[in-house]
Amino acid sequence: MNQDPAIELVGIDKKFGTVHANKDINLTVAKGTIHGIVGENGAGKSTLMSIIYGFYHADRGEIRVNGKPVTVRDSQAAIEAGIGMVHQHFMLVENFTVLENVMLGAEGGALLAKGIASARAELKRLEDEYGLVIDPDAMIEQLPVGLQQRVEILKAMYRGAEILILDEPTGVLTPAEADHLFRILKVLRDQGKTVILITHKLREIMAITDTVSVMRRGEMVATLRTAETTVEELAELMVGRRVLLRVQKGEASPGDIVLSVRNLSVRDNRGVTMVDNVSFDVRAGEIVGIAGVAGNGQSELLEAIAGIRKPTSGEIVLDGKTVDQTDPAGLREMGLAHIPEDRHHMGLVLKFEEYENSVLGYHRSPAYSKGPLLDLEAIRKDATEKIEKYDIRPPNPRLKTANFSGGNQQKIVVAREIERDPKMLIIGQPTRGVDIGAIEFIHRRIIEMRDAGKAILLVSVELDEIRSLSDRILVMFAGHVVGEKTRDADEQTLGLMMAGIAA
Amino acid sequence: MSAASVQLPNWITYGLMPILNLTLAFVISGLLIWLIGESPINALVLLLRGALGNGEGVGFTLFYATSFIFTGLSVAVAFHAGLFNIGSEGQAYLGGLGCALVALALDQYVPWYVTAPFAVVGSAIFGAAWALIPAWLQAKRGSHIVITTIMFNFIGAALMVYLLVNVLIVPRMMAPETRIFLDGGRLPRLDWLMAMFGLRLGPAPFNVSFLIALVMCFLVWLLIWRSKLGYEMRTLGASPSAAVYAGVRYVRTVVVSMLISGGLAGMMALNPVLGSAARLQVEFVGGAGFVGIAVSLMGRNHPFGILLASLLFGILYQGGNALSFDMPGISHEMVLVIQGLVILFAGALEYMFRPALVRIYQNLARR
Repeated sequence: MNQDPAIELVGIDKKFGTVHANKDINLTVAKGTIHGIVGENGAGKSTLMSIIYGFYHADRGEIRVNGKPVTVRDSQAAIEAGIGMVHQHFMLVENFTVLENVMLGAEGGALLAKGIASARAELKRLEDEYGLVIDPDAMIEQLPVGLQQRVEILKAMYRGAEILILDEPTGVLTPAEADHLFRILKVLRDQGKTVILITHKLREIMAITDTVSVMRRGEMVATLRTAETTVEELAELMVGRRVLLRVQKGEASPGDIVLSVRNLSVRDNRGVTMVDNVSFDVRAGEIVGIAGVAGNGQSELLEAIAGIRKPTSGEIVLDGKTVDQTDPAGLREMGLAHIPEDRHHMGLVLKFEEYENSVLGYHRSPAYSKGPLLDLEAIRKDATEKIEKYDIRPPNPRLKTANFSGGNQQKIVVAREIERDPKMLIIGQPTRGVDIGAIEFIHRRIIEMRDAGKAILLVSVELDEIRSLSDRILVMFAGHVVGEKTRDADEQTLGLMMAGIAA
Repeated sequence: MSAASVQLPNWITYGLMPILNLTLAFVISGLLIWLIGESPINALVLLLRGALGNGEGVGFTLFYATSFIFTGLSVAVAFHAGLFNIGSEGQAYLGGLGCALVALALDQYVPWYVTAPFAVVGSAIFGAAWALIPAWLQAKRGSHIVITTIMFNFIGAALMVYLLVNVLIVPRMMAPETRIFLDGGRLPRLDWLMAMFGLRLGPAPFNVSFLIALVMCFLVWLLIWRSKLGYEMRTLGASPSAAVYAGVRYVRTVVVSMLISGGLAGMMALNPVLGSAARLQVEFVGGAGFVGIAVSLMGRNHPFGILLASLLFGILYQGGNALSFDMPGISHEMVLVIQGLVILFAGALEYMFRPALVRIYQNLARR
């Protein structure tokens, strides 16, 4: 291993108003290594990376690349310094080809022909050198997520990145895709590139990184050699106390059927059938988990049950009554609560203040209104109570929701849906982009709901989460439920079923 | 994140930024005036004196401002629901038909304060009706509201000319306008209000519509920030997918928002038709609907901001008229250019200084 530092941060300090996002951060990443950065949401990882990539400017401190101080004024300057970034949410033009996306912003000259030729040659070279195999003429929108991410990596490499930062890269990948990504990252490292991996998944840190730094509340609390640490130690450093990584729960005692889905078929916006003739029941007091690789119909299934997407055929019976599948408000009144997969687009209005989101969907309830007007006093009081009970930070109901961290945003949604005491709770990706402390908290709340006799349907692409929470596991593949397993099913079997290989 | 997501204190966003924009518009206007050989300082003094120098000037300024409050509120209400209503102009025009019909029907029989409520409702219903079809097309068919409302401005203009020339015209008269309303169909002027400030209104048509506009400011504030409907409108405007999730009914919310928006635009007609001309004339709206877009943008879609922005545009209108009257070198077109510059900088380029302000603010905050 080469010991020259590729990038050094010296005394980086950043405040947003009263929030001290980064406190005097020092970090050295050696050339040709994979360095992990872990920390809870809101610990300041993203801020730190944004400073390196020129989105924010540090109040104090210095960035050195290859030993030389650099000023990263904007992302252009970061690229020039050899820093590339792969964002959690891809920044690709959907209806452009791979080649066009890679060239975008680096076309070279007014006419494209020459740029296209050189980009094509460069892509070929990257493919040979790093095993980044991809069809340069494929449309982005037709590529699976794993390959879209590869395009992002190619974009950075094409611009000559020596240091590659990946922000939560496996959040949207299947286990197999994630493995493939890690193989690529290892090749990149072996070729002398430096990789910085931001994640909250400690297993990934253990599997792939050489060194790891832990952040907590804006401070860099430790930098360790991965080989010399353990998952438990990292978790403790992140949260600042001992955490239970495994959910503790007793046996389920299922009662009557609460939700019954019969021969349901659902199409997506393009008209493609995403859920094909699916039937299952969920009983009171049990958690039914739906495992599957993202994009196999789970999202559409959830949306159909929540009344957001009209099914093409089949019926949904809630509490003995066939429900109107176009009326989310009516379903809420019947006792259906929905924690949606995507809190940014569905669960929250980011522009709203926190208290306004604390009643989203329930704003017509008599508890929150006075005639045609909203009862702001009642809403704010209620929001304050939830903030206290769910430890939502910062505890300010008047703060704009966009200014909360991912984990706290998710807590706002979870608090809203659980505190209405629903009969049936449907949950999509409850802990996506959420830190360990909050995951533990949310999982415990879900188990409590089960033990209180609620019926729970859980969709998650995190197999670990499905296995640790569910009492029964349904596996979805290509719109079908391809099998049902008990909670003790082993990962291998489920993985094969998720890949469509019958078990 | 880029500068766009950095939060600035309110006094910068709502105070300093508009003032900077306005200053820049005036500086460039001054440059133009200097180029054609007049004195910019003189022009500014004349403009302000014309708009605020005496009771009559203030009266005219407030008269113009009244129209802009209505159309500004109209644009803002639709905007909160994520709809860009460009049709306030046409909706106001049709609103004029509504209140004129009420005035023609009632003015011989009842005093103005009986006519007024009916006229308010009449203008609102006609304005709302003119917004209904674009709203319906948007809600049901996804036809873009910007396109349909622009088209409806033209249809509305043609319809009104037809009605005034062929139906509502007084027989044997040349002008395409209705008969003059009797006192029972007019909104009285607010001499008493001006007198409270020691000003004499003179011939300025500043009238009761202004008070109605103030009431509407309050009602719009109540609607947007305090009512369930307003909450749903804002949800829809800020995040259509979250609105679906929350069970906000799209068709209903779009249609209702546009009806309210059209109704507010329609009420603008009260000011010129019942408050000033006392008859329905062609093209009485005179661009107030379009100014409403700038007013709403500049007022950050908040009733109080709209009130201030309307006053500013009232000053520009009245002051501009006085300016082109007092300074022969400055034509009416020149005044339009100045107004255009204010709209450009305060409306369209409202965030032009933001990146620079963010940088300065962050540099200062660092100390």
